[in-house]
Amino acid sequence: MMIPCPHCGDRDVSEFRYGGDASKQRPAHGTGDLKAWHDYVFLFENPKGPHTEYWQHVLGCRRWFKLARNTATNEIGGVVS
Amino acid sequence: MSKHYSALALARHALDPGMPWPKAWESPEPKSSYDVVIVGGGGHGLATAYYLAKNHGITNVAVIERSYIGSGNVGRNTTLIRSNYMIGGNTAFFEHSLKLWEGLSHDLNFNCMVSQRGQIVLAISPVQMDVFARRGNIMRLNGIDAELLDAGEVRKLLPYLDYSKDARWPIHGAIMQPRAGTVRHDAVAWGYARAASALGVHIIENCEVTGFVINDGKVSGVETPRGRINAGKVGIAVAGHTSHVASMAGLKLPVESHILQAFVTEPIKPIVDHVVSWGAELFYLSQSDKGGLVFGGHIDGFNTYTQRGQFNRIQTVAECAVSLMPFISRLRLLRHWGGIQDMTPDGSPFICRTPVKNLYLNGGWCYQGFKATPASGWTYAHTIAHDQEHELVRDFALDRFEKGRELDEFGLGNWTYKQ
Amino acid sequence: MTRFRRLPQGGRIDRAKPVSARFDGKALGGFAGDTLASALLANDQVLIGRSFKYHRPRGLVAAGIEEPNGLFTLGEGATTEPNVAATMVDLVDGLVARTQNAWPSAGFDLMAVNSILSPLFQSGFYYKTFMGPTKGSWMFYEPFIREAAGLGKATGLPDPDRYDMRYAFCDVLVVGSGPAGLAAALTAGRSGARVVLADQDSDFGGSLLSGNDAGHEAWRIACIGELKSLPNAETCARTTVQGLYDGNLAVLVENRSHLRPDARKGEARMLLTQLRAKTIVMATGAIERPLVFSNNDRPGVMLASALRSYTNRFAVAPDKRAVIVTNNDTAYQAALDLATAGVAVTVADHRASVSADILSRAGAKGIAIFPGSGIFDVEGAKGVTRVKLGGAHAVTIECDAVGMAGGWSPVVHLSSHGGIKPKFDEAAAGFVPGGFPASHYGAGAMMGTYGLSAAIAEGSNAGASAASYAGFGKTRPVYAPEHVTDRSYAILPTWAPAYSAKGKAFVDFQSDVTIKDVKIAHQEGYRSVEHLKRYTTLGMGTDQGKTSNINALALMAEYRGITIPEAGTTTFRPPYAPLTMGAIAGRTVGAHFRPVRLSPLHDWHVKNGATFIDAGLWKRAWFYSWAGATPETAYVKEMELVRRGVGLADVSTLGKIDIQGPDAAEFLNRVYVNGFAKLPVGKVRYGVMLNDDGIVLDDGTTARISDNQFYMTTTTAQAGEVMSWLEYLLQCHWTDLNVQVASLTDEWAGMAVSGPKAREALQLAFPAEDLSNDALPYMGCKDFPFEGVTVRLLRMSFSGELAYEVHVAADYAISLWAHILKAAAPTGIKPYGLEALASLRIEKGHVAGLELDHRNTLDDLGLGKMAGKEKDYVGRALRFREDCQSPERWSLVGLELMEPDKKLRGGSILFAATDEIKGHGRGYITSVTWSTELNTFIALGLYKGGLGHEGEEIIAAFPLKNEQARLKIVSPHFIDKEGARLHA
Repeated sequence: MMIPCPHCGDRDVSEFRYGGDASKQRPAHGTGDLKAWHDYVFLFENPKGPHTEYWQHVLGCRRWFKLARNTATNEIGGVVS
Repeated sequence: MSKHYSALALARHALDPGMPWPKAWESPEPKSSYDVVIVGGGGHGLATAYYLAKNHGITNVAVIERSYIGSGNVGRNTTLIRSNYMIGGNTAFFEHSLKLWEGLSHDLNFNCMVSQRGQIVLAISPVQMDVFARRGNIMRLNGIDAELLDAGEVRKLLPYLDYSKDARWPIHGAIMQPRAGTVRHDAVAWGYARAASALGVHIIENCEVTGFVINDGKVSGVETPRGRINAGKVGIAVAGHTSHVASMAGLKLPVESHILQAFVTEPIKPIVDHVVSWGAELFYLSQSDKGGLVFGGHIDGFNTYTQRGQFNRIQTVAECAVSLMPFISRLRLLRHWGGIQDMTPDGSPFICRTPVKNLYLNGGWCYQGFKATPASGWTYAHTIAHDQEHELVRDFALDRFEKGRELDEFGLGNWTYKQ
Repeated sequence: MTRFRRLPQGGRIDRAKPVSARFDGKALGGFAGDTLASALLANDQVLIGRSFKYHRPRGLVAAGIEEPNGLFTLGEGATTEPNVAATMVDLVDGLVARTQNAWPSAGFDLMAVNSILSPLFQSGFYYKTFMGPTKGSWMFYEPFIREAAGLGKATGLPDPDRYDMRYAFCDVLVVGSGPAGLAAALTAGRSGARVVLADQDSDFGGSLLSGNDAGHEAWRIACIGELKSLPNAETCARTTVQGLYDGNLAVLVENRSHLRPDARKGEARMLLTQLRAKTIVMATGAIERPLVFSNNDRPGVMLASALRSYTNRFAVAPDKRAVIVTNNDTAYQAALDLATAGVAVTVADHRASVSADILSRAGAKGIAIFPGSGIFDVEGAKGVTRVKLGGAHAVTIECDAVGMAGGWSPVVHLSSHGGIKPKFDEAAAGFVPGGFPASHYGAGAMMGTYGLSAAIAEGSNAGASAASYAGFGKTRPVYAPEHVTDRSYAILPTWAPAYSAKGKAFVDFQSDVTIKDVKIAHQEGYRSVEHLKRYTTLGMGTDQGKTSNINALALMAEYRGITIPEAGTTTFRPPYAPLTMGAIAGRTVGAHFRPVRLSPLHDWHVKNGATFIDAGLWKRAWFYSWAGATPETAYVKEMELVRRGVGLADVSTLGKIDIQGPDAAEFLNRVYVNGFAKLPVGKVRYGVMLNDDGIVLDDGTTARISDNQFYMTTTTAQAGEVMSWLEYLLQCHWTDLNVQVASLTDEWAGMAVSGPKAREALQLAFPAEDLSNDALPYMGCKDFPFEGVTVRLLRMSFSGELAYEVHVAADYAISLWAHILKAAAPTGIKPYGLEALASLRIEKGHVAGLELDHRNTLDDLGLGKMAGKEKDYVGRALRFREDCQSPERWSLVGLELMEPDKKLRGGSILFAATDEIKGHGRGYITSVTWSTELNTFIALGLYKGGLGHEGEEIIAAFPLKNEQARLKIVSPHFIDKEGARLHA
């Protein structure tokens, strides 16, 4: 799989670290709501189809970014701003 | 026509070529209603149906499978069985599973080739030996076999490992579970299917569940392309696709679907007589009865439903194989494939009720689905039959993350993709 | 009797270059250009081995990669390589090959008794027996089954050869160099696109290499010549495209075994290329199918196309007469070429009539044709002697060989690797690609296009399209040679034998699966294609079912009364052909398996008597020779050094992170559970961070260098994780914070100066600096220049003694280290290693990796009080989950051994004195050391209820060694509870 790093361009997946579902809204700093944090940390839509996710170009420029990918085909939709 | 399998029956059939074997399992038309419908004709679903019938007398059961039975992970794994678990909620469950494995061929009258050849986990540092010792001690304290081996003992058992000064990590010793081993994976699906079918369970292949019938928070059936099938209770057993199926019942779960690759070499004469695992990186290898070396490593590391692995992971695993066992370099990889497995934040599964009445969940198996098969079926059948979790799975509940009761067997932290 | 012979002329062999190999201990002669297979046939070695299960005599079936029977063990000693298909091995001088899976020999194999017992060994028999008498009986039977299974033998010796891997990029990858592939590659190449043409064969041309038409040969030569002249084209022979992966990654493996590469000279035996291709043209050809009939596995029965290849390419032909059985027109190419070579040929054609064109061309060569006929049976125990036909012409024919022409199976493997299932094409009577993604193209026989000019046209078009897709416009098409007539195919698909006798009729030669096995699978309900394969083992051999899958699938469809498309198809998985493990691993093996990380001080340690230990990727100084020869004795002396004098330890492996920006203090205040917002400049603070789930992620220290600059250290193990985590929070979530982070782990070195004489030592080293307690109190820090280099001095302690860490840019590490040792020599300073470092911290009760294992909460580690009450921090909400707050949790305790004659071990399980010693206990020992201060073994552990049980006597059980010991629960701070030493 080739992953388009927004800084370095297309690179092999082996240079990246996956960072999980990026569609989830992280509760704001200061939020003490246990349920909100539980759902954010532990629950996943895990769709079979389009997915927005975090990746880090960990063996490259270290940039974290959001990527659109289809989990049913591994087709890359591109970087999401 | 012999229904019972034995050497004698085999001889009778050999002498009389006109005598056909009966079908291993029947393929009836689905009825409009069952007491229990199990979604998923994999190892866990079929085992559940079998134990529902055998242990609980519930025979009006259908197993509904979207493809052929055993088409999921029961036919895609590296066939290992073991019970070297040290976290309280896990140990007894997996030991129960191993005990069931030990009698499975007899119980099912189907040779699953349960081979207790022993698993040896190699330590690469003194610190790792301590970590392994903790595991082994817990096993011993729970009546499970475990032995600590020093480097010399390892060398006697596994002469083909790299003991040279070139080895990146030295072998300090190992922990061994002699009763661990391998099972002929497909036979598990077929054996359970045959035995369940003989007890009256309907096995319905090529029939995908497309929805649940839920009213007032209670499930009463499933939708399929062959029509609605009513059910008193419905059990989900579709690990790999648990999120997808559970979402049809409105459930969002602590599960991500990841691909785990597995590998087999060309068949060779016996050379590896144990299951060998390595402490340097996740890597495990055994030799099948057919002669191929079967091995695997870590998941690819991002969620996907494609059963296609990434080449960099294939390299990683080959590097492990050749570095640990340098003779493998000259052997050839015959096939590699991928299975989709449910990954959970703590690496442990679910066998429990759900917020939907009469709908039950079995999933989240991470790396351990195959070895868990018999106990999973056993306890899931109990959970469904009694609408109450079996005591062996009381820690496999959905609400454990809410409560702070994670079952992190390996201390890997809250990353589904690293578990 | 002679069955095969070398023709007096012709073939692509170089008769001027004789080659001598050894086969089963005897000389085997041939010529350059031969394969091991063709040389065996040329030497009339028709019987070459025994079958897998029944040990039936077997001969070669194919001339290419699909060969199911001709598997040999090559090489000797450590270079032994089992299960190699003779058809893919170039005959070279010194080649050593031997038969396998037969005893004592292939000619006389005692295991052939299996053949007599074969009714017992029908498919799936082992699922029905070997279960008794007891539950564990399989363990008795299994060794016999294992010994009987397997093919060749591996040695267990390390492979002495070397393998290389490279990355490459191209615009157009063309897979297969047959007519379609050559046309595609050349057309694409003419556009200027970077083209790679790969073929598994030793030469380019595909099916053309097996032909005998001078015009075709001239075309082939011209194409290759032009292609090789293009600077933008690369041609790779003996290179198998093994798989296609996401992102158009093609994995190519070149086999250089025939060159006898020398690993000692750095030459690789194989080269694996990870090729990123913008576009891919698949011209992978087709493989001929056998026909299924009684005794179709007798040595000498082979594919018609193989007979043609051996005759035309290798100049090896049946001695006198061959029978060819067919259901289509392509068999006549083989028949005509054999006849041309002087072999008498009879054709049994399943079809009721044969075209006039064929009749006239065959007639001209004296070929007898029996339409409406097939093979009834084949006779000849160790090689074909005669064939009985069935059907319209039930005649018996004496012959030396039989050619089977059951139609062609397009090689759709690569096109399926991406997940697109192949579809059944009725006209082609085979599966063709079910579609292609935009950047993939197919051409020639793999598309079911069998005519030569049609394949060339299709290839040329595909090459042009691929080049255009890759951004290259102008090209010139490649045209077929003149006067080419595309011959007809006209297949009448036949799957079940129409006229067969009762002998075994094989579907899969290598796995010994017969038509009866397929029937049994059907009877027993193993009817889906995957069940069929898994139950009968069909297609599971090293040939991966290349000749058997389609026949089996079609037979099952027939038994089920459904069409072939309804029965589905099997999944084609990479690799396309068995792929050497060493080639995948490349050079990333042995010492190079994973990178070695070295401290900037490593060279000093090497020169000064350090013994090293692996810590993750790092090599760390474990102990030094001045203190002893073994870690058990040395670490105690090194501990004493630190407790009584002063020691110097390398802590460069700690994660070191530079954090800068106006919001840096706020950032740290969020990341750490304890407060960092008000940390004064010139102070350092211990901090703990949690994961989002409220579980401890890591601990470390952070110093404030200036208002906007901080210097963080992390544990060695979590350095990468913490760095990534900080970047994640800043880049993905807290984008409003103006903070930058940079790793200094490799750029800076760290050294701990610990012990009562630490200040004295440093004062000697840095006489210009005021290091008094007032000037640099505990948890103070300062940067100062020393001989032009910035030195960062942090007064903090892991050991519990008066201690400092000296950090400096990595380039100056050794000189500074040496300077300290030299200047402070009067204090008796010496180096101490990791074992002492890790033991000293146990005495002080500092947690480390074994306690920070992603399972523990702050409170579990006795650190709950550190957390800020008024501020928020990562993990705060989930830290307060119900069970995370339970007093019953296992939490950190100190443990003192009460029985001086015993030893404490890490991994011991803890029980209350009154407990029965079973189950999971109340906790376990994480870390153990001998305490030089207390003169006993002490430990850290986690215990249910923790220090609530302080003072209780408990039991540590280590059943793996049948040991138990009495312990006392004490504070984990074994020494200096008041911290007087730290503040001295």
